Amino acid sequence: MSAVHAPAAAAAPATGWKSWITTTDHKRIGMLYFFTAFGFFLIGGIEALMIRLQLAQPDGRLVSADTYNQLFTMHGTTMVFLALMPLSAAFFNYIIPLQIGARDVAFPRLNAFSYWVFLLGGLFINASWFAGPLFHAGHLNVAPNGGWFGYANLTERQYSPGPNIDFWLLGLQVLGIASLAAGFNFIVTILNMRAPGMRMMRLPVFSWMTLVTQFLVITAFPVITVALVLLMFDRFFGTHFYLPAAGGDPLLWQHLFWLFGHPEVYILILPAMGIISEVLPTFARKPLFGYTVVVYSGVLIGFMGWGVWSHHMFSVGLGPIADSVFSGTTMLIAVPTGVKIFNWIATLWGGQIRGTTALHFAVGFIAMFVIGGLSGVMHASPPADLQQTDTYFVVAHIHYVLFGGTILGLFAGTYYWWPKMTGRLLSETLGKWHFWLIIIGMNLAFFPMHFIGLLGMPRRIYTYSRDLGPGIATLNLVSTVGAFLIAVALLVFIWNLWRTRTHGQPAGDDPWGGATLEWTIPSPPPPYNFEFIPTVVSRLPRWSTTQMRAIPEGSPEESLPHVPSGSIWPLVTALGLPVLACAPLTHTLWLAFVGAGLLFFGIYRWAFEPFEV
Amino acid sequence: MTHAAAEHHTSMGVPSRKMAFWAFIGSECLLFGSLISTYLVYKGRSVVGPYPHEILNIPLTSFSTFDLLMSSLMMVLALAAVQRGDMKWGKIWLLSTALLGIVFLGMQTYEFTSFVREGLTLQTNLFGATFFVLTGTHGAHVTVGVIWLLTLFFRALQGKLGPEHALTVEISGLYWHFVDVVWIVIFTVVYLIQ
Repeated sequence: MSAVHAPAAAAAPATGWKSWITTTDHKRIGMLYFFTAFGFFLIGGIEALMIRLQLAQPDGRLVSADTYNQLFTMHGTTMVFLALMPLSAAFFNYIIPLQIGARDVAFPRLNAFSYWVFLLGGLFINASWFAGPLFHAGHLNVAPNGGWFGYANLTERQYSPGPNIDFWLLGLQVLGIASLAAGFNFIVTILNMRAPGMRMMRLPVFSWMTLVTQFLVITAFPVITVALVLLMFDRFFGTHFYLPAAGGDPLLWQHLFWLFGHPEVYILILPAMGIISEVLPTFARKPLFGYTVVVYSGVLIGFMGWGVWSHHMFSVGLGPIADSVFSGTTMLIAVPTGVKIFNWIATLWGGQIRGTTALHFAVGFIAMFVIGGLSGVMHASPPADLQQTDTYFVVAHIHYVLFGGTILGLFAGTYYWWPKMTGRLLSETLGKWHFWLIIIGMNLAFFPMHFIGLLGMPRRIYTYSRDLGPGIATLNLVSTVGAFLIAVALLVFIWNLWRTRTHGQPAGDDPWGGATLEWTIPSPPPPYNFEFIPTVVSRLPRWSTTQMRAIPEGSPEESLPHVPSGSIWPLVTALGLPVLACAPLTHTLWLAFVGAGLLFFGIYRWAFEPFEV
Repeated sequence: MTHAAAEHHTSMGVPSRKMAFWAFIGSECLLFGSLISTYLVYKGRSVVGPYPHEILNIPLTSFSTFDLLMSSLMMVLALAAVQRGDMKWGKIWLLSTALLGIVFLGMQTYEFTSFVREGLTLQTNLFGATFFVLTGTHGAHVTVGVIWLLTLFFRALQGKLGPEHALTVEISGLYWHFVDVVWIVIFTVVYLIQ
């Protein structure tokens, strides 16, 4: 780019904590998402390690039954809502505007709002670990203890009188607002902020899968919001939505929860599928095999994800017709998923493969996800499911898809895009250690669970007897060793991140020879991303010499790209929500007025603040 | 309302704020859809009275439905006035829309209090719980809409709302019409088909 254009005056990166709490830059918000979510991921991991320590030996007594309930509930809740979703959001934030050739998201302040609500909601739920004295509980931890699925009517006041479930249902409502706001923002960003010439079928697959994910978010989250609101009315206002004595039906909760819960599974996996659809072509130096089919499969998964929820409820006894239908739809949804897997393998076939860490993780994703997918198809069959449900077999399944799938995919994305985000390459040597430790660790931790489950060990029980079955104690010990191996792998990763700050190789604009627009700009990108908005004439702009046209001379306006100044009002508005949630939690009416006041004040200042995007 | 001045280049040719609002309305459909489904699932399953046919006042609710429909008409007129730059009538119609919204809320308050007097509360039975949560959620939406419309009206009084803000008025209108349509569904499902 020519030197005639002076760097924009507004482009000097602001520093200091004030610039971070007022930031509306999608790249900074992406980094905030990454580190916050990674912090929650470690907390969820520590909870998992405590579960595994308890189960390492029969008759384990490390934690009490009640604390164990809190551990598995918070492990699931944290990993789903506070780790995996926001880690994906870190990449949505950082990468999507770069991939589509935009200077920011469509609504930068709404984006900041999403982050702050996520952070505060996460802190709100986790405060329950230390809130016992506030509620005269007699012990420190009053964390949610009804499972991440919170089945009614166990969650009703008469069976769970403490504040545990209140933290959960109020915290999830707060977090839902963050997800919904981000959903609207990214749908509009991807549909409306594309660079000239970037037609929908030229959109990188990661952006496509993000779009599908966000449609699932904005349609699935209202459903769980209603489920939680009804539970809130039951617990606080004496209604009987889920209480059979007054004609209510606990099954309503299960339907509403899984109507949300199954699309949620695809909300968790589709972004990772998008990531590896970027990583595999780059390191095979081949365009993605069957781009169109991969995109349509993703869209189809998004639609079909709405028609399978009752396979979580086979053991309820919905009757042969419902069971057959949901069994059929569940087997069908494996088809577009399988199509994608074959496309990824075909992308590698005959490519010039470079065995980078990112590629290792992407291939690891395929292998592990296939195992998880196969056990998933196994419990698509109701008779088999009746044997497997509520056992460790299901725990094995979800960890192969969400750990072996989503987490490995997110690590592939981290190794792939970290150079873009920080300007420095992560160490490949440490990366390989990280990869092999995590692959061995996860298979040691989760593969034995298949057998533990088939041998009849139920999940969510705080301890087990030596007499439960032959070999179960040994298999559990192996699983615990595997869990700690994963912890070691994560320490290697953290060391890699830390080391890279000072010792990482400078990345340059395009360390991998990637095909998409984010590799056309410096690493890390300037605040305005693109000095000139590129005109796109190809699906793989960097790989086709004729198709990346010469950069046009910009108009005077374009030579000084505008960067919005920050705003404090998203944070102020976001603060209103946890305050509002504290009102029912502590039965304090004035807190509701303070929270609503903050919300109101924040929204009005936000609406009338001069803010040019 | 400050970013109305220059709408940016958009790939789909639809202003971003409008597109986001349509997505929001889609999301709201699922919210009300879940609440209405809950109402339908629990219909006829209350173990004690009062039951819907004993208590629902259809003439009154027909009037508030008419009131809300008329407010949608006012909203259309408000937007048309703002779009052609006629801020005098813009203000009049915005205020009328909000006032009709307030009338609706007043009638809902009357309905709720009279139900409570007749012995139907949230806690009484499943009908009470599903009815109050569904219509209460709708009422909360109307309240937000009234505050929004009054805000626009006062901005217009201050001279800070002109034809350049037509998109802002259009989006508030989308919201208002959506809330109206939801009421038509609720009126049909809860009141007319008992």
